[in-house]
Amino acid sequence: MTKKIFYSLQVVIILLIAINFNSCKSCKKEKLTLADTINVANVDEKLISEIKTAKLIFYSLPSPLETAMILKRAGATFNPDNLNPIQKAKSYITTRSMALNLGIYSTDLSYACLFEQTQYSLQYMAAAQTLVNGLGITDAITNETIEKLKENINRRDVIMDIISEAFMNSSSFLKDNNRSVLSALVLVGGWIEGLYLATRLIDFKKFEENDLVKRIVDQKLSLDNVCKLLEENKDDPDIVPVLNQINELKEIYDKIKVKTTEIKTEQNSETNVTTLKSKVEYKVHKDIFFELCEKVKDIRNNFTL
Amino acid sequence: MKNITILIILLVFTSLNAMFGQCKTFAKDICKAELKPYIHDGNYNAAILFEGESAELYKTFNAGMDYRIVVCSSEIFPKVQFIVKDLNNNVLFDNKTKNYVNKWDFKLEGTQQLEIDIIVPGPQNQNEELSSGCVAILFGILDKK
Repeated sequence: MTKKIFYSLQVVIILLIAINFNSCKSCKKEKLTLADTINVANVDEKLISEIKTAKLIFYSLPSPLETAMILKRAGATFNPDNLNPIQKAKSYITTRSMALNLGIYSTDLSYACLFEQTQYSLQYMAAAQTLVNGLGITDAITNETIEKLKENINRRDVIMDIISEAFMNSSSFLKDNNRSVLSALVLVGGWIEGLYLATRLIDFKKFEENDLVKRIVDQKLSLDNVCKLLEENKDDPDIVPVLNQINELKEIYDKIKVKTTEIKTEQNSETNVTTLKSKVEYKVHKDIFFELCEKVKDIRNNFTL
Repeated sequence: MKNITILIILLVFTSLNAMFGQCKTFAKDICKAELKPYIHDGNYNAAILFEGESAELYKTFNAGMDYRIVVCSSEIFPKVQFIVKDLNNNVLFDNKTKNYVNKWDFKLEGTQQLEIDIIVPGPQNQNEELSSGCVAILFGILDKK
């Protein structure tokens, strides 16, 4: 009997370890984690040593809210024609299309909010709610969320907080429920929509010294994180086509050479804010930039089909 | 015997879900407040870590934006170290030199990919119980109209 109980406990420990490996695919887990507390005396030394050297790796992409803020600060304007129409929300029936377009609608929502487009903000929150419900993400965007948005429609700070919380609720739900593939697709959808909106707003007559062009080129750095995030689940059938398209985008980005100087830090003792001083230089030919914009458009249109 | 095993497995699953849920609540209720007046970007980066474990986060920070990084942890880990490095491994900030302060405000002249290392100190005594707790990294952005 004692032997059988001991055997069961061993099974539980093995399962715990297996769950750990599987439960954290959104962050690459190189070793293992988890369990409330473990008594060292009951665990062999090899396991302890693995825990000590364990390392989680996260690849963080700009959230829809950050993307919209980058656009606004780079001098973008609001053009509703560039948004993904809300009428399409109900036509997304596969989990892949729902996840990608949840990211896309979240960026459109943030973009509308930043430009104080109240009606669009409400409409895009409702579109995001349709997809959140379709994906079975409970409590991320509820009817109360929409009501709260309506009540505070003229308070930009409150609206941004509501958007940020809705996004956090959905991403934490997906990560905690071992749906890292969908979590990655939401982020990638939102990131592509940010790039799409930026590329649509470029005035090619004012190409040189254009802040929007600079921010689009800067996304070359985020693209590395996008690739790594997708590669964590590279064999997943929902990830494969997205990763292929992202790799095509990467081939174009690779034609743009970016040089950054060493970072010098300078702290303001009054505000306690540190400035990271560095220069980023890039060379991009108009034709290559145009090719980049077209590829972004292709990918985005494929996501929103 | 089979029933006992199934019961234990169910208990394990339930406790794991509860722990993840607690981590989210912790990040939302405790850590998010530390971001103010910066706006939380909405990304959720939190995990249950053991003593002695570490984590790395890679993120691109954009030119012209003002950021706040908040690293917060369960009470069980009072001194979690976080180090911000550039891609050449140059240390830009280490909270160990600032009495383990849990936040850092910065802005950038040029867009940079940075690495944030989180280090949970190991147990002081090898025979101690190895504890675990929630560690969250949140990012805030200053909203300039």
